Amino acid sequence: MKDRVRIAIIGSGPAGMSAAGRAARLGMSHVLLEKTDHLSDTIFKYQKGKHVMATPSSLVLRSDFEFDAGKREQILGIWDEQAASNAVTVRYNAEVTKIEGEKGAFVLTLKGGDTIEAEAVILAIGTQGNPNRLRCAGADLPHIQYQLDDPTEYVDEHITVVGTGDAGIENALGLAADPAQGNVVTILNRGTEFARAKEANVKLLTEAEAAGRIIIRNETTPAEVRPGELVLDTRDGQETIRCDRIIARTGSAPPRKFVEDCGIEFTSPEREAFPVLSPVFETTRPGIHVIGALAGYPLIKHCMNQGYDVVEFLNGNTDLKPADEPILAEKFATLPGQRSVDEWLELFGSRIEIFRDISALQLRELMLDSDVSAFRKGEAVFERNEPGSSLFAIADGSVAVEVNKDDPSITVPIGQGSIFGEVGLISGRRRGSTVRAAQDLIVVELSRAAALKMMATAPAAAKVVNRIAIERQLLQIFGSGLTPEDIAELVDGAEVRELRANEVLMKEGEEGTDIFIIRRGSMIVERQIGGKPVFLSYLPAGAYVGEMAVIDGSRRSATVRSAIKSEVIRLPGEAFVRLLARKPQLKQKAFAEMERRREINTFVEGRKENFSSVVDMYSQTAQFLVDNGIGEATDVLLIDETLCVGCDNCEKACADSHDGLSRLDREAGTTYAHLHVPTSCRHCEHPHCMADCPPNAIQRGPDGEVFIDETCIGCGNCQRNCPYGVIRMDSVPPKKPSILSWLFLGKGPGPGEPSKAWRKAHADGVERPKQAIKCDMCAGIEGGPSCVRACPTGAAIRVSPEAFLSVAKLAEGE
Amino acid sequence: MASASETGHVANREYRSDHEGFLRHRGFRWMKIATALCVVCIAAYFLTDPKPRPGGGTWIGYTLGTIGALLIVWLSLLGIRKRAITEGRWSLKAWTSAHVYLGLSLIVVATLHTGFQLGWNVHTLAYALMMLVIVSGMFGIWAYASLPTALSTNREQMTQGQMVDAIRALDRQLHEAAQPLARGPSDLVLAALEEDPFSPGLLRRLSGHYSGCATQKALEGLALSGSADPEIERVEKLLVRRKAQLERMRRHMRLKAMLEVWLYVHVPATMALLAALTAHIVSVFYYW
Repeated sequence: MKDRVRIAIIGSGPAGMSAAGRAARLGMSHVLLEKTDHLSDTIFKYQKGKHVMATPSSLVLRSDFEFDAGKREQILGIWDEQAASNAVTVRYNAEVTKIEGEKGAFVLTLKGGDTIEAEAVILAIGTQGNPNRLRCAGADLPHIQYQLDDPTEYVDEHITVVGTGDAGIENALGLAADPAQGNVVTILNRGTEFARAKEANVKLLTEAEAAGRIIIRNETTPAEVRPGELVLDTRDGQETIRCDRIIARTGSAPPRKFVEDCGIEFTSPEREAFPVLSPVFETTRPGIHVIGALAGYPLIKHCMNQGYDVVEFLNGNTDLKPADEPILAEKFATLPGQRSVDEWLELFGSRIEIFRDISALQLRELMLDSDVSAFRKGEAVFERNEPGSSLFAIADGSVAVEVNKDDPSITVPIGQGSIFGEVGLISGRRRGSTVRAAQDLIVVELSRAAALKMMATAPAAAKVVNRIAIERQLLQIFGSGLTPEDIAELVDGAEVRELRANEVLMKEGEEGTDIFIIRRGSMIVERQIGGKPVFLSYLPAGAYVGEMAVIDGSRRSATVRSAIKSEVIRLPGEAFVRLLARKPQLKQKAFAEMERRREINTFVEGRKENFSSVVDMYSQTAQFLVDNGIGEATDVLLIDETLCVGCDNCEKACADSHDGLSRLDREAGTTYAHLHVPTSCRHCEHPHCMADCPPNAIQRGPDGEVFIDETCIGCGNCQRNCPYGVIRMDSVPPKKPSILSWLFLGKGPGPGEPSKAWRKAHADGVERPKQAIKCDMCAGIEGGPSCVRACPTGAAIRVSPEAFLSVAKLAEGE
Repeated sequence: MASASETGHVANREYRSDHEGFLRHRGFRWMKIATALCVVCIAAYFLTDPKPRPGGGTWIGYTLGTIGALLIVWLSLLGIRKRAITEGRWSLKAWTSAHVYLGLSLIVVATLHTGFQLGWNVHTLAYALMMLVIVSGMFGIWAYASLPTALSTNREQMTQGQMVDAIRALDRQLHEAAQPLARGPSDLVLAALEEDPFSPGLLRRLSGHYSGCATQKALEGLALSGSADPEIERVEKLLVRRKAQLERMRRHMRLKAMLEVWLYVHVPATMALLAALTAHIVSVFYYW
């Protein structure tokens, strides 16, 4: 079969579907290619009844399809209906394997051999990817499947599951759960360990094997698939087993390879990079356009708008203003100067250094996530120790940075086109100095997430930010009266180095001439005393190490290794020594600091005889805490189990301070030497949860707390990304009667989280959407975290790691 | 080797908590206050010489009584403080600390208030109830101070739910492993499986002695049969593991019970005390 259309749209998610709807409405010949047998597979795969949200609410929807927040089924139903009424040409079960030809005459090859000719191609395939196929003879037989929707569907079959990730294990357990189904379930494991699966799943699997419900075959891979049989490659040679059905769960390949094979370039080789796009969504291969999640826009509304826009552009409507125009207009309205949106964008793009290599489309998107503001001369943009992790770019005017906290008259100027606030961007910590407008000022403030996305997609911008960041960090650390010229030599020699967790940066007793600044992550300092490593201190991002050996030419006095994956800036030692020679004030400061550290060394050295077991215990406890993620924490809840009576008042207090939902599980978690790390948020320095939040709802708040705001769409990404399992998805329970009416009249469920039954009985028929909830350190609550306030015995304590993991604690304990 | 970060942590709110238990809170602040209160009361009692004899009716008696009554009311408010998670700079640890030491000082204050005049009347009832509350509270202090370590050691990072799950998992394995067994041994296993591991009985739970434990009996029964059958051996191994899990669970329940049981005396006795105290005060002023 041969088809020729004006536009071929690949992928029928919100973006592709909306594009096809527009093409149909405009009467352009088109075909919407969907590899499954239904529209919008990603949303189709959401769990039944899931509430789909429509954020950002300020964005106008511009599409021939309707979309509003609601249940999955309802949304999919409306779309199916409107695809029919809009007369969209859909071709199901059409997986594109190849795109050849050029603008005006593309040839798309489908799986199965059919081809489609198209003048233009719109790629809207999202980021979900395709499941990895089995790679052995007979891999195309029909009894191999890559997904398992309902394990109860299959009865009396010999089923083999390939792959021991969580998906494979869960499928195998599901198939073997009910012995009445009579399935014989085998799971193939390529190795001998189950490294890719959750511990709980592995436990269930081995238990099921012990009970004889599942057969686990280690070091086994499929060699050939035959009808009714499966040949296996085992450690001891080939073996054939009966097999009626194969469920292959060996992961999925991200779509990037396919996209690159189509001849489309990405902005950088980094994993988070997106395709290079023109303002009309055209890729580096003329005629192919990319929209939706693949283009870096994961929200449904954005996707649908882009589908509409890209078809309008293809139809020659070049005057079309993007749907975000009114939002930007509103943003820019506060600025002096009465310019239009395009004029402002032009001004920002040409004046600000980091925006120079960014496309107009990207700049628009960036501005949506950013704020613009104007300051009068002398006004503070932000103050020292203020929380904040955003990046500022100066569009007009200049600022003065107060580098000395004791004397605000000492300032360093930063001029038009440059940036400031980049330290917060890298370390996520508080502002290091006050910044004031030196002249009337217009700045663009990029949220941390937006700035990081920009750096990932525009390498030139990343380079500029990095150089400036290193220079500023040096100025800030070495402080007093240095100018950028003074440290130019250091900056030129600086080099960023990545360290894996537990990698040694410097070793005690070795020669070394370099200085390191910890840029992200954290470090542990330890010394060998009596053949054992003794934990000396914990260094957070922003600290520097190694100058002792450089200044006095001695060997390294301690071993420094990374607590977690970290980044350090290596500075050449000689340049530092020359800098010291030029700046006696800095030299004095460095020597004073060195003296202080020597004292700690002597202190530990002097005590080793007296309490070596205490020091030992301390070192091991510190190591345990670091192993439990305290190394990346900024504020963590610990429970001293020599005091904890298990009353769970901390959990109850947590629930009662936060809409009736507890964000902490006291009992779960690990313990060492009676120091318990409960399942509760550590407010990581570089929060894993922030990594992939479509509405950018996770922020760092005024007291360093990482919190989720009300724009959460309930997608669960953060829950999956958190390595500590501290995020839960739940809906807000109904309001409880007051504590006194419970105490005296027995009304309501009492303190703490209400039971499921009570919640159900008092739901009033309103079903609330499930959103992600986590500890916010009781932000906005006078008195601080209620878990600590409500502990009757003082077992619950909140600590910051550098305060807790300091050898000085030992002296206190004497 | 290193400098602290210049951008350091200056919290806007002071919430970093001291690592100090409720008994040591702020360097035994409330112990000192309570001791001072006792010393002042004793001194006042012995330095004055009321006529006809010391008792609740003298001016010193009234003062001590007022102090005692106010203390009792305030101490009983801990129950509400604990549950009302309001905003503000309160710390339940500080409240507990004060509750413990001021509660103990009541022994002195209230005994001096009686002037050692005890008898079979509502006044002495209030005193006796107060002493009951204090004695049960002393048990509580002992439990809170000494049991948490044992509780923590015993659970070895397992949660209560995980303990139950572990026993259930063993039960499922036992159930299947026992299928090929003969009638006699399999009855023993069934009896062990059917037994409710949380069978009621306060004394049992507090003592931790479960004399009729069916898992133990099954183990003994299988050992008696002396069979070297691999199927029996497998069941025996599982039973030993079940026994170990059960013992952990029972120790856990025992410690939890010890930490809570005194409250079942302490709290109701406090309610009774408040009633008796009201009766005492009303009757004193009514029969002036």
